[in-house]
Amino acid sequence: MPRETIDLPCRVEWLSVLDAEGNLDRELEPDIPDADLKKLYRYMLLARMFDERCLLLQRQGRIGTFAPCRGQEATPLGVAYVLEPEDWFVPSYREVPAHLYRGWPLEKILFWWGGSEQGASPPEDVNDLPPCVPIASQCQHATGVAWGCKLRNDNTICACFVGDGGTSQGDFHEAMNFATVYQVPLVMVIQNNHWAISLPRHKQTASQTLAQKALAYGIDGLQVDGNDILAVIVAMRQAAEKARTGGGPSLIEAITYRLAMHTTADDPRKYRSEEEVKPWEAREPLVRFRKYMIDKGLLDDEAEAALRAEIDAEIDAAIERYENTRHDPFDMFKYMYAEPTPDLQRQAEELRIALEQPMPKPQRREKEVV
Amino acid sequence: MSVAGIEPRSAMSSPEPTVSQMTMVQALNLALAEAMREDPDILVMGEDVGVDGGVFRVTDGLYQEFGEQRVIDTPLAEAAIVGTAIGLCFRGFRPICEMQFDGFSFPAFHHIEGHVRRFRNRTRGRYTCPLVIRMPYGGGIRAIEHHSEAPEATYAHLAGLKVVIASGPRNARALLREAILSPDPVIFFEPKALYRAFREEVPTQPETMPIGKGVVARSGGDLTIISYGATLRAALEAAEELYDEYGIDAEVLDLLSVAPLDVELINASVRKTGRVLVAHEAPRHCGVGAEVIARIVEESLLYLEAPIRRVTGFDTIIPYFVTEKAYLPDAARIVRAAVETVGF
Repeated sequence: MPRETIDLPCRVEWLSVLDAEGNLDRELEPDIPDADLKKLYRYMLLARMFDERCLLLQRQGRIGTFAPCRGQEATPLGVAYVLEPEDWFVPSYREVPAHLYRGWPLEKILFWWGGSEQGASPPEDVNDLPPCVPIASQCQHATGVAWGCKLRNDNTICACFVGDGGTSQGDFHEAMNFATVYQVPLVMVIQNNHWAISLPRHKQTASQTLAQKALAYGIDGLQVDGNDILAVIVAMRQAAEKARTGGGPSLIEAITYRLAMHTTADDPRKYRSEEEVKPWEAREPLVRFRKYMIDKGLLDDEAEAALRAEIDAEIDAAIERYENTRHDPFDMFKYMYAEPTPDLQRQAEELRIALEQPMPKPQRREKEVV
Repeated sequence: MSVAGIEPRSAMSSPEPTVSQMTMVQALNLALAEAMREDPDILVMGEDVGVDGGVFRVTDGLYQEFGEQRVIDTPLAEAAIVGTAIGLCFRGFRPICEMQFDGFSFPAFHHIEGHVRRFRNRTRGRYTCPLVIRMPYGGGIRAIEHHSEAPEATYAHLAGLKVVIASGPRNARALLREAILSPDPVIFFEPKALYRAFREEVPTQPETMPIGKGVVARSGGDLTIISYGATLRAALEAAEELYDEYGIDAEVLDLLSVAPLDVELINASVRKTGRVLVAHEAPRHCGVGAEVIARIVEESLLYLEAPIRRVTGFDTIIPYFVTEKAYLPDAARIVRAAVETVGF
């Protein structure tokens, strides 16, 4: 009856390909066709410029509360790049770059932040779930989708995003537990952006890394530089391949940083210092990817300027489509059930009368004469 | 836990079951087996539903017939049972989730409230959750805490769900079949007290009953007693006593669905009798009875000849089982209130 260390067959790795200055580790550089690199760069720039424009639109009252993804573009984009179109993508709510890459038109994103369900219905041929507001609940849906992929046996996989805060939820644990028990083709990506609104990562969990939570589910954990799109692609390719070949789920912790506020409804100066943010500005993904592109001869100032002009026009056109769309209040009754119930039909009629019928003529009571 | 001499699986072992007298457990088991034979996308998932056949044996034999890929013994996590079922729906499956007891459904509540009922609307019909969430429901089986609740009003309040409560073997089988075929998510309550309380003739051919429609369980002209679930038995018993002992001829309605509510059936009966009593085992405050009465007041106020009475569980926690009988509405409480209503 000795007391000895159990040798667990699980490990946690760290992976980065571009360093903080954008210099390349040639041995780890993934093989990505130039055309794809250009496309990825365009989407990263589009995501950044669109993010900046959304902030302005929010300040002008043209959309509602907005959660910027500034500084976090590399992880969703890298994951979306590796997924096949028929694969499934289950987001949290800060993965706009992935949605754009997978074919969501810009105005859909505006609809979502602009308060219309039209922004929560994915385009017809895109197997994405819409943004999910209750933190980490999407993890369970993703495990279910991946389980369905396994049962359908159609070579599809599912990728899911959750934040560092989300890992504290029971849903994250339950989803990872089910996923590993049933060995479903799921890639769970934790975007560790260091902050859950005002709560710093170190107060979220006593674990040294979030990746090591994988060990509890009997799989390896991988920590990756989430601001390094090349590293994300390397990690995601490995996890996707594993899922697709029956190897089961993976857990990837992508280390990134939320450069902006949680949403436009909060002011991060209340809970974090400028000194903390500054070094992350230098390590942000767009700057590093741009340096890599320039070093590879795939980008120069002229191309960048042309790209920016093109993207600006694209965003302008989308905003116009967004602002010229009408929204029918009667839609609220349409999708509650496959067929509206008699009660809902009556309530829709009640709304129609309230909106369309003139008010009854005032019938003032005669003043009583005493 | 099977009833003396009857193997719940016996109804399933022959390809063309010769069905006759069945308990509700057997009838539910039959409905599940019938649906699973017809549609390979139907999955049964829950705690102990596979090898063990469910703690009440409702899923007995399904694992043996359909295998572990379709009758899934899940880890112990209600939120994950419903949460992953949502994802399975998006891949075209039709999961039937079992909550082992209604009192344990609340860990899954945030998926039911937050997603199951919303996905059709959220995605403008692109993604739907045509799943069934079955729960043993209500008190009266001398169980420990959290095993005797009646949370139907909590679920009935959530737009996007349909909420069904069976009251006998035959309607349980028909309604479960309808729930499984429904394109909408259905919360399916199975009164525990009725699981093996009595047997009923169940026809050989599968049958369905429309969700959202109640039935007249007993015709009468003096008073309308509106009930459902296990309390319906007390209401029917009370109606016989009222007739025999007090000369009161009560009509008894069995709602069967508490969302949607069969408002037409309710008002037609009320307009005939002018006197109403609502009986359910759930607490009174904001209970289904309150909604039933609101619908009567909205549509049939001028037909009423007496104040409406409610005989319900009290606005307390249902007591541990030594005193639970005092909480649950019984025939005597219904008779007393009915006599007062008719004599008003």
